Amino acid sequence: MAMVMAVVIGVLFAAGVYLMLRRSIVKLLLGLMLLSHGANLLLFTVGGLRRGAPPLWVDGMHGPVADPLPQALILTAVVIGFGLIAFTLVLAYRVDEVVGSDDLDDMRSTDR
Amino acid sequence: MTPHVVLPVLLPLAAAVAALVIRRRRPLRVVALGGTTLGVLYALYALRLVWLEGPVYTALGHWPPPYGIVLAIDLFSAIMLCLAALTSWVVLLYAFGSLDPRRERHHFYALYMLMLMGVNGAFVAGDIFNLYVWFEVMLIASFGLMTLGGERGQLEGGLKYVVINLVSSTIFLIAVGLLYGLTGTLNLADLHRVLSAQPASAVTNALAMLFLVTFGIKAAVFPLFFWLPASYHTPPVAVTALFGGLLTKVGVYAMYRVFPLLFGAEGSPVYPLLLLIAALTMVVGVLGALAQDNVRRILSFHIISQIGYMVMGLGLYTVAGLAGGILYIMHHIIVKTALLMIGGGVELLNGTGDLRLLGDEQRRRPWYGLLFLLPALSLAGIPPFSGFFSKLALLMAALDAGRYEVAVTSLAVSLLTLLSMSKIWSEVFWKPAPAPDPTSGAMPGATGDAPGAVPTAGRARGWLLAGPVAVLALLTVSLGLAAGPGLRLATAAAAQLMAPGEYAGLVLGP
Repeated sequence: MAMVMAVVIGVLFAAGVYLMLRRSIVKLLLGLMLLSHGANLLLFTVGGLRRGAPPLWVDGMHGPVADPLPQALILTAVVIGFGLIAFTLVLAYRVDEVVGSDDLDDMRSTDR
Repeated sequence: MTPHVVLPVLLPLAAAVAALVIRRRRPLRVVALGGTTLGVLYALYALRLVWLEGPVYTALGHWPPPYGIVLAIDLFSAIMLCLAALTSWVVLLYAFGSLDPRRERHHFYALYMLMLMGVNGAFVAGDIFNLYVWFEVMLIASFGLMTLGGERGQLEGGLKYVVINLVSSTIFLIAVGLLYGLTGTLNLADLHRVLSAQPASAVTNALAMLFLVTFGIKAAVFPLFFWLPASYHTPPVAVTALFGGLLTKVGVYAMYRVFPLLFGAEGSPVYPLLLLIAALTMVVGVLGALAQDNVRRILSFHIISQIGYMVMGLGLYTVAGLAGGILYIMHHIIVKTALLMIGGGVELLNGTGDLRLLGDEQRRRPWYGLLFLLPALSLAGIPPFSGFFSKLALLMAALDAGRYEVAVTSLAVSLLTLLSMSKIWSEVFWKPAPAPDPTSGAMPGATGDAPGAVPTAGRARGWLLAGPVAVLALLTVSLGLAAGPGLRLATAAAAQLMAPGEYAGLVLGP
């Protein structure tokens, strides 16, 4: 299972980086989203994949335990990522309106 | 446990919430000023407390460490809190005098206080995931400040700033995840215990590199700095001053906090690499500044060059080196904010920051000339200002550690900094004013969306622009005159950073 997850995460990272290297803002944002999904899955995987185990022990219980902390972390990261992506989408829309293009090569006026 | 450690986070939050619901301008200003003033008072109190009694911490919700979230203030945190509070107070006054009413009414102050909350939170965080969250709070608010107003330059610069920071945050999250997978804990003190028990391995080195990249992007070190000069000169001057003074230093703070605590093992490859990066950052930053023709862009490149000095202190990895670096951070935040405010003030009053279109300011506004000259000389490292003593402390530390090549580099960069400062001085203040250019219309520099144009002239009021700068200029002079006590404070803070076992013992118990 961990191997499958590793491949999935790797594909997400590769696709995300590829999209971010394109010149279109929309593809850039899609790449960012894939990258953050990959990061979330990575957190999930390094916390240990365990099926059917309780996250907390009550007195007297024994056996395997699933770690609940990575999921709390992912929840936080997902919420933050959601807010940031929403902001960035609006920003990209405004940039497209003002600059009149979604090509990053047309946005060099602040670099000179 | 000291519950009032949450105040640096709660005070700005309360002010931000109040600023969100208030619509009228005067009450808004009162709330913002009140929030920052309380912040200054608390930071000074915390510094005194920590100086006298040692580090303090609190575990939120009474979850015992390492399970709950810990907030802690040691001497370095207290120093940074003081600097953040002071900068935000001074820049707020400057914003009163320079910001346009539209931005003020559209939640400038709420975003300002939220960003301050994120910065303060990062300074008190005792948990690496918590540090990530505070970074995000700070970033979200700074995105708002950067793009508030929606002018073309702001949006273009803002997009680059947002995207590079999102990438950096993703790398931070990956590093935190892998760190958790390796150690099973997120508490900084507990991480120190686990990681110091094992020698540096390929995995810990890879983790250190991930942290180096993510903090390096935030701190704008070579070769990760390209977003900074592309974006920092685009928002209103008050925002540039706050960002330039404070934000990149949060990245440096994170390096100072995380590396000695987590990757302090003997033979770690991080520190030699940091020294190399420091030297390259200094040189590339100052060379970039020499090639620029816009006041705020020159100063932006100087931020990068100065970050090199701070990283150099960490790269030396001795108490003296870290002390020099901390003293340098104190000096730099004060001086850089002052320079950006006065340089930006000249831009505001003239409508352009292009050196070719400016001139003769010394005769028109002699006070501005003086207020520029003091921090500029301090930045270049001329005695008796704070820049001289902080550079001297770093230089001595480098010589003691036998790092002559970095010492020589830092001296050469100082000289080039002086050259670049005298370029601004002679072009803006001494040169006779250029004749209006007939091809570009009646007013020089009025070219709309051109890169040199200032986003908003606002209702610039002379004394509200010069007053805050005067406060900071006075501070750089007094930090220069009181260099002895300043260095003692920095050395004590550095000694705490270099003995992370004591910090871990305090938080986790014996």
